[in-house]
Amino acid sequence: MLVLDLALKSLRNRAFSTSLTVGSIALSVALLIGVENVRVGMRESFSNTISQTDLIVGTKGGTIQLLLYSVFGMGAPTENVSWEAYRQWAEHPAVAWTIPYSLGDSHRGFRVIGTNDDFYRHYRYRGGQEIALAEGRASENLYDVTLGADVASELNYTMGDEIAVTHGIGEVGFLVHDHMPFTVVGVLAKTFTPVDRAIYVTLEGMEAIHWEGGAPPASDDGHVHDEEAEAASVDNGHVHDEEDEEVADDDGHADDDHAHEVETEVAAADDGHVHSEADLSIEDVEVTQVTSFFVGTTDRRDVLMLQREINDFEDEPMMAVIPGVALNEMWRSLGYAETGLRLVTIFVVMVGLLGMLVSLYTSLDERRREMAILRAVGAGPRRIVALLVLESVCLAAAGALAGLALVYVLLSVGQSIVEAQVGLFIPIRPPGFVELLFMGAVVTAGFLMGFVPALKAYRTALHDGLTVRV
Amino acid sequence: MSLAIDIRNLRYRYGGGPWVLDIPELTLERGTRAFLFGPSGSGKTTLLGVLAGVLEANEGEVTVLGEDLGSLSGARRDAFRAEHIGYVFQMFNLIPYLSVLDNITLPVRMHAGRRARLDGAGVKESAALLAGQLHIGDLLKKPVTELSVGQQQRVAACRALIGAPELIVADEPTSSLDFDRREDFLELLFQECERAGATLVFVSHDRTLEGMFSRTISLPDVNTAVH
Repeated sequence: MLVLDLALKSLRNRAFSTSLTVGSIALSVALLIGVENVRVGMRESFSNTISQTDLIVGTKGGTIQLLLYSVFGMGAPTENVSWEAYRQWAEHPAVAWTIPYSLGDSHRGFRVIGTNDDFYRHYRYRGGQEIALAEGRASENLYDVTLGADVASELNYTMGDEIAVTHGIGEVGFLVHDHMPFTVVGVLAKTFTPVDRAIYVTLEGMEAIHWEGGAPPASDDGHVHDEEAEAASVDNGHVHDEEDEEVADDDGHADDDHAHEVETEVAAADDGHVHSEADLSIEDVEVTQVTSFFVGTTDRRDVLMLQREINDFEDEPMMAVIPGVALNEMWRSLGYAETGLRLVTIFVVMVGLLGMLVSLYTSLDERRREMAILRAVGAGPRRIVALLVLESVCLAAAGALAGLALVYVLLSVGQSIVEAQVGLFIPIRPPGFVELLFMGAVVTAGFLMGFVPALKAYRTALHDGLTVRV
Repeated sequence: MSLAIDIRNLRYRYGGGPWVLDIPELTLERGTRAFLFGPSGSGKTTLLGVLAGVLEANEGEVTVLGEDLGSLSGARRDAFRAEHIGYVFQMFNLIPYLSVLDNITLPVRMHAGRRARLDGAGVKESAALLAGQLHIGDLLKKPVTELSVGQQQRVAACRALIGAPELIVADEPTSSLDFDRREDFLELLFQECERAGATLVFVSHDRTLEGMFSRTISLPDVNTAVH
């Protein structure tokens, strides 16, 4: 008790150096625990990118690849799923709803996704939140587009703007279909998920984008990704543009019969002539394929059964993954980044503790008199060691507690700000096992480091005796 | 058991250095007020360190209050010092982060044996009583950094005297005081040693105080290591 009393009073006496030391340890501990909190928040936010979807279905391939292109809008599959196969599964008795996706195109670097009403009705993210429209309506006509929140804000698009959609997803698509104008009819509310960075058109609109030269293909089994066809289109792109203007003059004269228009344009497509696509309506287009689809089951107990059935589907190579499982797998594959981050913060804590070591060690010289007095009144060298180790432990413990407190203060102040700015929700929880482990480790490290100055003081105490040679 | 100090053939040196102490014989009766005189570098403080059991003799026997220090372990010597010896330094006697009261009570809080010597009186009461006798009763709550040098030495004396140890060792405690205050301080110290029946070993290089003591020991005469 006496030694603890001495340690505390001694630290209080050196208030400035003590508070600096405690402060630096607190900051480093706050960083360690803060990073841990952010990591947990990121992981939860990541796993909640989509919710309530039981299965994601696409062509056979890698689990993470399927997740990447269907949820995160990155990359593309090698094969699509035929519309017939999609409908077959959509009507499966165990399936409550589906959301079909057709990918492949971009507009100024943002992914264009073809989907239908089911997306706006069934898509859920972050604990069951629904997709909401900030303004306008969902895409329903052939040339309607609905923008993700980031797309609208970054490209400065507003309702009624006409935009061109390109084939391929580079920053600048290699085919500019200026003649195929899509009109912005809606903007989605911000979700802080990949939804914000996508442009939504109808499935039919996506088919239309895929047409060579902007015209429906003669036959609808066409592989729209056919590279030869694209290359050809690039070659005569200028011709298209010129002709566009000429044809545009004729627009509006033949609005009365859509079906007729389609037939004539289909015939014209082979000649490189360009139709007037504004005359097409959604009924004129037949959707032939989807890239992937999300599935919600009527009874979650059927998920595994359904997954197995889809994986064993013989008509087409298909694969179904459970999003939670796949997201966890993906997160684990990113785990090295976490480990790196954690390592860095552990080093920061070490630096904080080394600062303490330096501070204690350099204070020893001016404390030789104090040690001699303690020796004179009967303190053994062990008490001297105990005093210095205890001071070190007190500093580390105070730093750890202050660091923990700092994390809670920052969280309570910054939680809503961070959520509003970057969409990362960091939960405020009582300190868990990890926090206690970190703090225990910091105090233990303080204890062990305390022996460095303590052993020096021990030797000095034995050697100096009651003399102090300063 | 009538001897407070009994030294036989003591030799001491720091590490592998030259002999600092070489004392064939030195004895001191209990209850003596001894003036240990020696110039700087004659080994005064080293001898006090050996007597207090902080330094261990390389050779010879050192018996203090009937206890052969050479036979005790380091920890036992520390305990022996805590219980039986009061020590006053030349200056800077006090731990700066403790109050006057905490400085005075340090030995009794350090060791239960010393606390037992308070004869059931409370720690604070004993400290207050001693402080009153040394005329610093009103300073107990003060931080030691606010005291004058004279007041600091009296606090140090209180700390040495609390729990009435049998041996008081003072290492030039008056050298930082001006002449009038030296005598005042000594009078008070003598008075308290007498009250407790303690033996006093007072070290100084200043012979002007010699007359106030019952016995004078010239260290150069007993310590043959010094030339």
